[in-house]
Amino acid sequence: MISYALYFAFTCFGAALLMNLWKIMTGTGIGDRVLALDTMVINAIALLVLYGLSLGTEIYFEAVMIIAMLGFVSTVAYARFLLRGNIIE
Amino acid sequence: MDQLLEYLIAFFLVVSGVFGIVGSYGLIKLDNPMSRLHAPTKATTLGVGGVLIASIVHSILAEGRMSLHELLITLFLFLTAPITANFIAKVHIHRNETPQSLPSAGEDQNWATLAPDPAPTSDESTTP
Repeated sequence: MISYALYFAFTCFGAALLMNLWKIMTGTGIGDRVLALDTMVINAIALLVLYGLSLGTEIYFEAVMIIAMLGFVSTVAYARFLLRGNIIE
Repeated sequence: MDQLLEYLIAFFLVVSGVFGIVGSYGLIKLDNPMSRLHAPTKATTLGVGGVLIASIVHSILAEGRMSLHELLITLFLFLTAPITANFIAKVHIHRNETPQSLPSAGEDQNWATLAPDPAPTSDESTTP
């Protein structure tokens, strides 16, 4: 029961990652690509949590936390670079 | 009880998968940059929240105790998703729009991010 639901969720988030890659390739404008990268980070977080759930371990929690923080910081850095021309003034 | 928990985990996994794929499909499907902002920041965040709830329930089923540190990730994502959306919207406004092409700002004269810098107050002007 859980395994089938896990397969379904893995398929959904994997397809979502491929769609984000497609959007990064064909996106119009730089804001779209930054948005697609941010969505990729969130989907990668979901995939890692799903992988940890399927193995029954909790060792991926720290990796997920670090990816979540770095994804936020990198998106803000991209947006700030596009707005101001530099990141740390 | 265990059967019920399994159904609950499977339900949350399926719901989160649907939300995740809807969010990323909306990113390609919607045609306006500002409406494209809606799909990933709302639907995908909710999808990740569903996965984390499923993980919490799975820890009850597997270890008999509730592990709440997944809530940290949920909290973090729910806090940061609006901030990133705001930043990307600002990038779009400053790069692709002019004050004339934006919709009306209502009772304000201008959108806040395009407003001119406020005049310096008296104590700022006295500092060298």
